[in-house]
Amino acid sequence: MWRRCLRLRDVGRRLLNLPRSGLTASEGLGPKLPTPIRAYVPPAERKRFYQNVSISQGEGGFEINLDHRKLRTPQGKLFTVPSEALAIAVATEWDSQQDTIKMYTMHLTTLCNTSLDNPTQRDKDQLIRAAVKFLDTDTVCYRVEEPETLVELQRNEWDPVISWAEKRYGVEIGSSTSITGPSIPARTREVLVSHLASYNMWALQGIEFVVTQLKSLVLTLGLTDLRLTVEQAVLLSRLEEEYQIQKWGNIEWAHDYELQELRARTAAGTLFVHLCSESTAVKHKLLQG
Amino acid sequence: MAALGSPLRTWRGLLRELRYLNAATGRPYRDTAAYRYLVKAFRAHRVTSEKLCRAQHELHFQAATYLCLLRSIREHVALHQEFHGKGELSGGVCWLSGSQVAPAAWRKGWEP
Repeated sequence: MWRRCLRLRDVGRRLLNLPRSGLTASEGLGPKLPTPIRAYVPPAERKRFYQNVSISQGEGGFEINLDHRKLRTPQGKLFTVPSEALAIAVATEWDSQQDTIKMYTMHLTTLCNTSLDNPTQRDKDQLIRAAVKFLDTDTVCYRVEEPETLVELQRNEWDPVISWAEKRYGVEIGSSTSITGPSIPARTREVLVSHLASYNMWALQGIEFVVTQLKSLVLTLGLTDLRLTVEQAVLLSRLEEEYQIQKWGNIEWAHDYELQELRARTAAGTLFVHLCSESTAVKHKLLQG
Repeated sequence: MAALGSPLRTWRGLLRELRYLNAATGRPYRDTAAYRYLVKAFRAHRVTSEKLCRAQHELHFQAATYLCLLRSIREHVALHQEFHGKGELSGGVCWLSGSQVAPAAWRKGWEP
């Protein structure tokens, strides 16, 4: 069997005109080969060009300083955030970069840039509509009909979250095994639209981001209302995958990789929503007695 | 309310993650703005006579979310460097590149 696999590998190499020793990005091909095929090389990462990261308070909010330079967004605007905690978290992201700047790990910075630049040019109504639209195909509402163990798992894990959301907002959501998904009443949509309208633009960017990651508005509401932790929400979003992993085995470089990435993005989005919607007010308690 | 575990555990986890982040720079994590902010926030919400204080729960939730963020980024980067760091194609066509990473990754995936 192994000899057959090796033979197939050789056939594959010959079809792509690859040499026997394999090809790395740094090797060149000889001039006699017609079409050079190189492995994909991602664009060079930017080196860390600053020593110190600090925050300062300006007119529009908190700014990030990389040495003496003020951080700017991709569109050139001054990077300003409304909350000190968010500014500190963004500064920590920049300070934790080592030799090269790995933008794919800087989720809070990316969310702030999106809120400041608004590259998709969407207004508040459009963001709310985009988030509520996910309810039609919400992960926790879409049920399978077999195998029985997965059906039971979905019922046990997802039904309580849907019941909570229905009670919390006084709406009907339900679930469905139909390919078209659940039929969401108009009143449910109205109530959720008006609830989301109470958030500011920045928080809505975060909410829409989390909804897109988890493929579920119900789970996102669970996060914004402190009903679910990030780990719980991600597990519920990936319920079927986790079920298959339990059955067939885990592949670290695929499953764990995706799990950690989803956790990181969801955690960043959730934290972003909370930090953009809070207002710190010191209330002194009256001393009694 | 979400089951968060004990605030002390979250606090310890945050300190650990801040230590990892600052290990490369060699700077003590107690010098960072993040550490100072977290100390101030945890202290401010410690004194309360109410059993269920919403503000306290909110702070703990945010702290646990931040801990999840730091931990999952660290583990994601570690997985990226171990399995995807050489820039080769991922997934089923790894074997075409002839790189040493691909066969090991496939082997690891089939371990019981």
